[in-house]
Amino acid sequence: MTGAEAAQVVLRLDRITKTFGKLVANDAVSLSLHRGEVIALLGENGAGKTTLMNILFGQYTADSGAVEVFGKALPPGNPRAALDAGVGMVHQHFTLADNMTVLENVALGTVPLWQPRLDPAAVRARITKLADDFRLAVDPEARVGTLTVGERQRVEILKALYREAKILILDEPTAVLTPQETDDLFATLRKAVALGLSIVFISHKLHEVMDISDRVVILRHGRLVAEMATRDTDRHALAAAMVGAEVNAPKVSPATPGAALLQLRDVSTPDQGNAPGLKRATLDLRAGQITGLAGVSGNGQAALADLIGGLTAPDAGQLDLDGVGLAQWSPRIAVQSGIARIPEDRHKTGTIADFTLTENAILESYHKPPMSRRGWMNWARAEAATQEIIERYDVRCPGPETRIRLLSGGNMQKLILGRVLEAAPRIILANQPVRGLDIGAVNYVHSQLLAARARGAAVLLISEDLDEIMALSDVIHVISEGRLSPEFARGSMTPAELGVWMAGHGFERDEVAHAS
Amino acid sequence: MRLEPIANPSLARTILPPVIAIATTVVVASLLAMLAGANPFAVLGLILKGAFGSKFAVLETLNRATPLIFTGLSVAVAFRARLWNIGAEAQLYAGALITVVLGTGALPWGAGALLPTLVLAAMLAGAVVLLVPALLKVRFGVDEVVTTLLFNFIFLLFVSMLLEGPLKDPMGMGWPKSERLIAEARLPRMMEGLRLHWGFGLAIISAALVWVIQRRTTLGYEMRAVGLNRDAARFAGIAVNGVLIRTALLSGGLAALAGFSEVAGVKGSLTLDLSPGFGYTGIIVAMLALLNPLAVVAAALFVAGIFVGADSMSRAVGVPTYLADIMLATALLLMVLAILLTRFRVVRE
Repeated sequence: MTGAEAAQVVLRLDRITKTFGKLVANDAVSLSLHRGEVIALLGENGAGKTTLMNILFGQYTADSGAVEVFGKALPPGNPRAALDAGVGMVHQHFTLADNMTVLENVALGTVPLWQPRLDPAAVRARITKLADDFRLAVDPEARVGTLTVGERQRVEILKALYREAKILILDEPTAVLTPQETDDLFATLRKAVALGLSIVFISHKLHEVMDISDRVVILRHGRLVAEMATRDTDRHALAAAMVGAEVNAPKVSPATPGAALLQLRDVSTPDQGNAPGLKRATLDLRAGQITGLAGVSGNGQAALADLIGGLTAPDAGQLDLDGVGLAQWSPRIAVQSGIARIPEDRHKTGTIADFTLTENAILESYHKPPMSRRGWMNWARAEAATQEIIERYDVRCPGPETRIRLLSGGNMQKLILGRVLEAAPRIILANQPVRGLDIGAVNYVHSQLLAARARGAAVLLISEDLDEIMALSDVIHVISEGRLSPEFARGSMTPAELGVWMAGHGFERDEVAHAS
Repeated sequence: MRLEPIANPSLARTILPPVIAIATTVVVASLLAMLAGANPFAVLGLILKGAFGSKFAVLETLNRATPLIFTGLSVAVAFRARLWNIGAEAQLYAGALITVVLGTGALPWGAGALLPTLVLAAMLAGAVVLLVPALLKVRFGVDEVVTTLLFNFIFLLFVSMLLEGPLKDPMGMGWPKSERLIAEARLPRMMEGLRLHWGFGLAIISAALVWVIQRRTTLGYEMRAVGLNRDAARFAGIAVNGVLIRTALLSGGLAALAGFSEVAGVKGSLTLDLSPGFGYTGIIVAMLALLNPLAVVAAALFVAGIFVGADSMSRAVGVPTYLADIMLATALLLMVLAILLTRFRVVRE
């Protein structure tokens, strides 16, 4: 975009500062967006991206600074004014009424209260026109509750367009999409830009940023640290700017797989509310190998993690450890069988916030010597062991007596790593092990998983980040609606091919092949 | 306005709010005393003197604190594991009931054998009473707040039925009252000439034991883990339901000791006015103590002191003893607020 500087400025943020207690979420951030431009707002979790956009949209009030849309100052703390000025926001978590149709959702809030009925024909005509113009395929009569995540996102975008938004803010829109859906979204965004809209695209996925944006703005610890034209930069430079240092992803050498340590044979587990259970899943976890599990979130990853972690038992099918079937299955048996479990949610299930580091470090080992004997705790021993974990795994903390809630996510994760890896496990279940961590911590966790692989552990890596899966895994399975794909060797599939499986295709053929 | 958590509260922030809470309680009590037409300083002075002003007053306060220590411990143990036991009153009566069933001559033993037996039997009875709601909770997810609360009324009516029927004292001139305990079943005084029975000693020992259980044993560790984060406890391999059941047994047993100690140490027989709500006051005691078993002793002494002091104050000047209830209610509410303020700061938007 050579003419970007000359184009009309549609949005200007002027030295926005926002603090929450001692935390400075935004520190004098200034930014301007031009007509027909896509800005990528890049930064780690907690860098202040979402806060900045919430201020722009009037959901937060900035401590100081001003927002200007089309040359007019926007009154602070008023989402209505932002909407009227032409700002549309698509949140990470959708704000749709499930029990209403697409049409009703789009019209909701645009019709005055005193008008008894809305004119569906007129609304439908406009929705259809917008859907055509922007390549947003949705059925206006469908109930939102029945739509897929990708379709719901399209409804959110339609909602904004219906209100004649000229500026679209998309908060991590691709986190919940398959690669194909992401491509569709990008096509829509390009169309919107061609029609004169401007877009702020929040993400921490570098390749998407390179793909869609004209300009990249990088936030770190609430401060704007870099701003560059996308064509003048590359992924490596962006990653470096995000964390403030050159980052090297760990090198992965070829694996030397051994015997299958844990095997699933046609295992099914019950559905948990909206989350699907496993459907006749078959899987081998081999020694000295990282098995990656790719898939869109909420497709049975939790069911598989709960099964291997000992929280659920199979409804049907066979779960074998070292080729032997299991008579009993519980979290404690799983741990005693040599399974290290890195849970998906380190705040909710991984740690107890008001326990000290010591108390958290012994959660899985407190019941047996040396941590306790005949029901009596040996706190001196527990604290010594925790001190060892703190040193060996570089947990930055005031000491083992600190309550773990005071630690950052990365240090919390290091303590969990220490807790489960100190027992030299043979099988490692790593469920979203780097979610929300900064790149330094991400590399640390990955190098620990690779080290475990090198000494012969079987690793199951569950992640929604396809890049992470493809970089680390020796073999890959895709999970969709509780069904597991066959095993794919490293490099045998492109991201697009895996995306087809992630969208739920390919499984039927597979079942036919089994039957014949 | 909204609340913002404080990561590392300063010492002043930890100490000041509770102090201010107590001070405000005193101010509120003074205002009420003035409303009743008395000199507030005289009233407060009389309460203090009535509670701690003489050897007799102190002993009276210690006696009154004894059942409150037991019920306070019972509630503190249960609440620590997030088992909401509101039924200490029923468990107290269960302990009292078994004491008069076994202690009125059914077991013709010497005190050395009979008293320990009564202690164990009372704890067992209280444990069983809380076991039922606990099982309903872990099996069917029945809310224990409702079951334990309502069971108080059911159990009191059950005791009433027994006192009108099989347990009624034939020599009781028609009063609904059990027979008197045999001498071997009575708790002796802790020191010759002091009106303080061994129930108080048992309460102090219990508080120390509960502290040891919570801090030094695997069971205590499990109870605290289950109370702070049930999901994480289950994930780590702690049998959450088993821990809740064991917590219920301990909590019920402690509350029952209050009933045993009141019957064997003070009253000598069972009547329906054995407890003026010791079970419910135990909740206040446990909350004031922030569920810390050692602080329960101090909180029980504070609460008992207000009750005893208000009684004696009321006799001296014409201010009703209801002042004690109001003081406790104010202290509790302000203390809950104070706890909030030690952990959060209020931010004006």
